[in-house]
Amino acid sequence: METLFAILIGLFFAAAVYLMLSKYTVRILLGVALLGNAVNLLLFTAGRLTREVPPIIPAGMQALPAGAANPLPQALILTAIVISFSFFAFLLVLTYRAYQELGTDDTDGMRLAEPRDEPLPPVGY
Amino acid sequence: MAAPSSTPADLSAALVLTPPPLADWLVVLPVALMIALGAALMMIRKSVRWHGPIAISGLVLLVLLDLGLLWRVSVHGPVTMVMGRWLPPFGIAFTADLLGAAMALAAAVAALAAGIFALADIDAGGRRYGFFPFLMLLMAGVSGAFLTGDIFNLYVWFEVLLISSFGLIILGSEPEQIDGALKYAILNLVGTTLFLIAIGYLYAVFGTLNMADIARKAVGLRDTAPLVTLTALFVLAFAMKAAAFPVNFWLPASYHTPRIVVSALFGGLLTKVGIYALIRVAIMLFPVEREALSLVIAVSAALTMMAGALGALAQDDIRRLVGYLVIAGIGNMLAGVAIGTPAAVSGAILYALHSMATMTALYFVAGEAARLGGGSWSLAALGGIYRRAPWFSAASFLLFLAAAGLPPLSGLWPKVALLKASLDIGAWWLGAAILVSAFLVTVSLARVFLLAYWRPQPGLTGAGADGSAAAGGWRMSLPLGLLTALVVFFGLMPEPLLDLTQRAATGLADPAAYVQSVFPTSAQKGGVP
Amino acid sequence: MNTLILRTVAPVLTALMLLFSVFVLLRGHNEPGGGFIGGLIAASALAIYGIAFGVGAVRRALRFHPMAIAGCGLMLATVSGLVSILFGVPFMTGLWIYPEILGVEVPLATVMSFDVGVYLVVVGAIISIALALEQEPGLPERSDGKTGGED
Repeated sequence: METLFAILIGLFFAAAVYLMLSKYTVRILLGVALLGNAVNLLLFTAGRLTREVPPIIPAGMQALPAGAANPLPQALILTAIVISFSFFAFLLVLTYRAYQELGTDDTDGMRLAEPRDEPLPPVGY
Repeated sequence: MAAPSSTPADLSAALVLTPPPLADWLVVLPVALMIALGAALMMIRKSVRWHGPIAISGLVLLVLLDLGLLWRVSVHGPVTMVMGRWLPPFGIAFTADLLGAAMALAAAVAALAAGIFALADIDAGGRRYGFFPFLMLLMAGVSGAFLTGDIFNLYVWFEVLLISSFGLIILGSEPEQIDGALKYAILNLVGTTLFLIAIGYLYAVFGTLNMADIARKAVGLRDTAPLVTLTALFVLAFAMKAAAFPVNFWLPASYHTPRIVVSALFGGLLTKVGIYALIRVAIMLFPVEREALSLVIAVSAALTMMAGALGALAQDDIRRLVGYLVIAGIGNMLAGVAIGTPAAVSGAILYALHSMATMTALYFVAGEAARLGGGSWSLAALGGIYRRAPWFSAASFLLFLAAAGLPPLSGLWPKVALLKASLDIGAWWLGAAILVSAFLVTVSLARVFLLAYWRPQPGLTGAGADGSAAAGGWRMSLPLGLLTALVVFFGLMPEPLLDLTQRAATGLADPAAYVQSVFPTSAQKGGVP
Repeated sequence: MNTLILRTVAPVLTALMLLFSVFVLLRGHNEPGGGFIGGLIAASALAIYGIAFGVGAVRRALRFHPMAIAGCGLMLATVSGLVSILFGVPFMTGLWIYPEILGVEVPLATVMSFDVGVYLVVVGAIISIALALEQEPGLPERSDGKTGGED
């Protein structure tokens, strides 16, 4: 099962990196979203895969039943989802604004901060 | 769900049952204070005139808290507080050692200076947009990153500071800023995601996220687990955050676009958080694995220094020039990590502390110089600052010397320590890189002084050349004076700081005290699952 | 999106979803649910309202600025963590009281107030981003897309 997941995670990462190599910001954004999911899956697999027993201590017992799922990766993923969600939302607004302000989603055309014909400093007094 | 009637089992293995001493709260309070103030300022977002005073008094309080924390840590050793009574490794622990406390204090001082500077630099529109709440949340993230003892929690604080920095970088929403912010946001997001990937693997290997626990367990796992790969991932992630050479291009693309006080905050604090995390992970947790990677890190360090120095030499825009100086400084700190001996690490920490003050101040200088020298950022257009503001010019001159690492200022000592450490291990080329980059930085800063300060302003003749720009007022001169005074003071009296960083570096090389602080009975309580 | 169907349904749907979000928030203490997901449901309810009636209507309906709501939640969450200083327990320790309300014992905890804080932060932050995206292009109002980064 872990092997299957490893392959799946690899596919996710490959797709995410491929998308992020694009020069269009919308595709980069999609890549970022996919990357977040790839990482979540990775965290999930890192905590070892177990089946069916939720990590909840039954009433009257003091410890988890045997074979219970590992709750920590789930907590980590929850945090990571929250964070990547808020980042994604922010980036969405930012890309939209960039499209409005700069009139393009092509990163090659975004040369306002680093103009192509930037002057060199004066060589003499 | 603790019903009052239920009878718990033996809780002493998992819970803190004795009340923690009140002084331990010093570890948590800096973060809690900043979050609470950020929240309060967001709630009163309409009453803009209260923002400044509340934020400044909060930052003063933060400096005092961090001072108290540093004092306590240097007297009693590392301090730990756990969240919600759960003992580590189950609960998240905040642990401050000398490194974390010193960095937190330096960051607080730099932020205080930036806060005062912002009173003049940020107009009512920027305040209504939320500059001060973002500043508070940024400081919560930075303080949290320095003080936490849990590696996943470190990631969370990274994200907190990152998302507040997003808010700060687009303050003003000019097209240029949006362009810079887009690159900054995406590349930093990729960097922190790399960090998260590394955490995933680390958890798969160790089954714990508490740093003291990792340091404890790494010894037994070294033969079987792929720790070098893991360390390489961490190094890559933090190098990206710190803007080390092959992954540094987001910094010059974005750091010059926001308001100057935001640039100052970023240049002073954010890259140093990356260096801090690198030192924490590479030196304290995985020292043996760092040894295997030291050549890669050293080459990257040398290239970072050269890239920064050469980039600074080629810039016409003074803000971008300072951005490249930040990168050159990162190269020096990275060299300390690459060498890895306590002396070198102490040099790197000293450099980080020095750089927080100097880089923040240099961005202030750039902003003031542009204002006094004719309202342009370009070296070709600036001029005549010395005639208009001799005191400001004197402070700038001192800061330039400090940034170049010339005596008698605080930039000298870390460079000397790093140079000596690199020669001690026979890495003459690394030492040469430190010297050459320092020389090039000197040249580029000397040129700034020559052109912008001494030269009469181009296109302006005699009569109008002086007195046209009013003095900046205390809100600009106070933070600059404060940081310059610190740089001069620690240049002339480096012993307390040298002593502090040496003790911090020793504490990292042998983290027994750190582990002891988190696991008071660590000898008996070994393999907790 | 000015269709009659949506405009007729939206108020009812928004009200129901807001109610449901509070249910999810309170349920979260012992069962799946909680402040984050509850806040998301509430934010999407308001987003639907915004799609039907425009951004201005949502802002009027909220009364407070979304960022002020988020700030309020952040403050509540921080204070929930800090009250433990008064009881001699570490930061963020859950503290419980069991008041009798109308003869029923109601367990109340700082855990719950923390969760309510998270709920408010999520509602405030997400709705401010959603409003920024729903805003008609060309209007100068700049929403600050940020959250405090808490979970």
